[in-house]
Amino acid sequence: MQFWATVFLDGLTYASYLFIVSLGLTIIFGVMKILNVAHGSFYAWGAYTAAFAIGIISDNDLPEILFLPAILISAVLVGVVLGYIIERFILRKMYNQDIHLIVLATFGVFLIFEDLIIITFGVDPYLPYQPAMMLGWIDIVGLNRGVYQLSLILLATIVAFGCWYGLTKTKWGKLLQSVIYDREISEAMGINVTKVYVVTFIGGAILGALGGAYVAPTTSVSPGFAIDLVVLSFAVVVIGGMGSIPGALIGSLIVGLLRAFAVHQAPILELFVVFAVMAIVLIIRPEGLFAPPKARKI
Amino acid sequence: MFTGIFKDTSVRVLIVFMISLCVISSFILPDWMQNNFMYGLSRGLAILGLMLLWRTNLVSFGHALYYGFGAYAVALCQKYFGITDILLRFTIAVVAAGLLGFCLGFILRKYREIFFAMLSLAFSMVLYGLLAKAEFLGSTDGMSISPSTLFGLELTRQYLFFLITFFVICAAVSIQAYLRSTLGHLTTAIQDNEIRVEFLGFSVQKAIHIKYVISACLAGGAGGLMAASLGQVDPDSMVNWNVSGELVFITIMSGWGNILAPFIGAIIFEFIRTYAFEWAPQAWAAIVGGTLLAIIFFFPGGIWSIIEKVFNYGKKKDVK
Repeated sequence: MQFWATVFLDGLTYASYLFIVSLGLTIIFGVMKILNVAHGSFYAWGAYTAAFAIGIISDNDLPEILFLPAILISAVLVGVVLGYIIERFILRKMYNQDIHLIVLATFGVFLIFEDLIIITFGVDPYLPYQPAMMLGWIDIVGLNRGVYQLSLILLATIVAFGCWYGLTKTKWGKLLQSVIYDREISEAMGINVTKVYVVTFIGGAILGALGGAYVAPTTSVSPGFAIDLVVLSFAVVVIGGMGSIPGALIGSLIVGLLRAFAVHQAPILELFVVFAVMAIVLIIRPEGLFAPPKARKI
Repeated sequence: MFTGIFKDTSVRVLIVFMISLCVISSFILPDWMQNNFMYGLSRGLAILGLMLLWRTNLVSFGHALYYGFGAYAVALCQKYFGITDILLRFTIAVVAAGLLGFCLGFILRKYREIFFAMLSLAFSMVLYGLLAKAEFLGSTDGMSISPSTLFGLELTRQYLFFLITFFVICAAVSIQAYLRSTLGHLTTAIQDNEIRVEFLGFSVQKAIHIKYVISACLAGGAGGLMAASLGQVDPDSMVNWNVSGELVFITIMSGWGNILAPFIGAIIFEFIRTYAFEWAPQAWAAIVGGTLLAIIFFFPGGIWSIIEKVFNYGKKKDVK
């Protein structure tokens, strides 16, 4: 019982943060048909900026209540700045290119931003533990867990709900859905697709950065820590179905719980299970478990 | 298949290039450059494999699977059977990767575009996941490889380099022979129109499967030679996804016009890396990434397209 509770709690926490990051990736893929390797850069930059901001706040003895706004603001800042730069100067010139070339271009961007991090923030790891300390610990069914880690689940729920509401209930969300469904028809109907693309990309970037920024207080932020995450969020997105938002939710739950189970039961299989599931899903149902039905194109 | 292969211009240029590389690097250039050539040629084999797939518009984001598999096959054979002979090492790496490619090929040959890329990525990450965590395989530290021998005699770096060049020439000439055969011509046809190829009476899946196995063999051989020349195998620099990305990057950088292109591209990549490491150790990945973007934006045909322009090479073949 205790064991399953541990797996469930750890898996859920891990899944929440995977969900926030993968959601950005899957929205970008759904709308723009771009597999964005540079998503890892948003994540890493978000984490570093948040760590930096937290460092400033605690060094200057500013009120601790500022931690949360600092994290959110750094995520938005990173998302807007990096997202705009990458969309405007790299991707916009490539929309008609081969899909593989676009993936490679984002890989190039990822490499560049990885090094810019080292140049900007140095190679020493950051340990912005203060927000986690502030919130303290709590006992749940006999398990001692940080409140901050658990608040990640709350954040993921808010993000998921906000995303669902935004996409189905607002005008902007409906425009987005029509672009996802058919780009050319939407353009013919008078939707400014270029604008939709910029906003989508920035939105996805903010989500990626938010994942990084919110996770920063729970880990040590060091160079190269986005490398594993990129491919993990790829696995999430592929398992759920590329471009599908419920898919990202299910995918991150599967990956999170499986990984938590493997970590506690057979650590040697920690990464293996995730990618084995990814391969099996691709073999059995290549479009992913929750892919939206494809419109037939003549 | 091999008849008249040595009359082929590409083969002649390749052989002349490789032999002059051997001569120049052993007599004129400093020693460290020879290492770069050695790594470049070894890696070039994997690039050649990727180039074959690229010609059918298949991009594998998981070719590090075979690259690493070949390298680890060499490491394991040394650990358990004490095999250090370079000929055996190369054969083992090629055969091991080829067998793996043959098995996975049954699944992968049905996939195209992004799904092909993603599934190969998944396979390679499965191997990475195992290697990075398995204690008896050295986990993330990897394993070290003792110097290679040939028929019981220890090889100097110099002779190792000559042998690698020899392997590379053999492999590249065989690939040229393959490309000139009906099967080889088919692959470009598949890129143009799969259904038409099927109606002409060829099996598209079989052609892709064969091509996939060949490219797996090449990547495996590359991994084996790389292991032998580096003296070290580890999952992060041999099997992780960014290694696959790097391999695809060099393929784009090289261009797919000729069998020589991958080797030139791989050697140039080694030099970019060495110099970037020396001049800006903090920013070498950024330099590599910047090069990648520059190639995509300004030279979509890769380095080979520049060479073609400069030497006006390969014009006659295009007309045919």
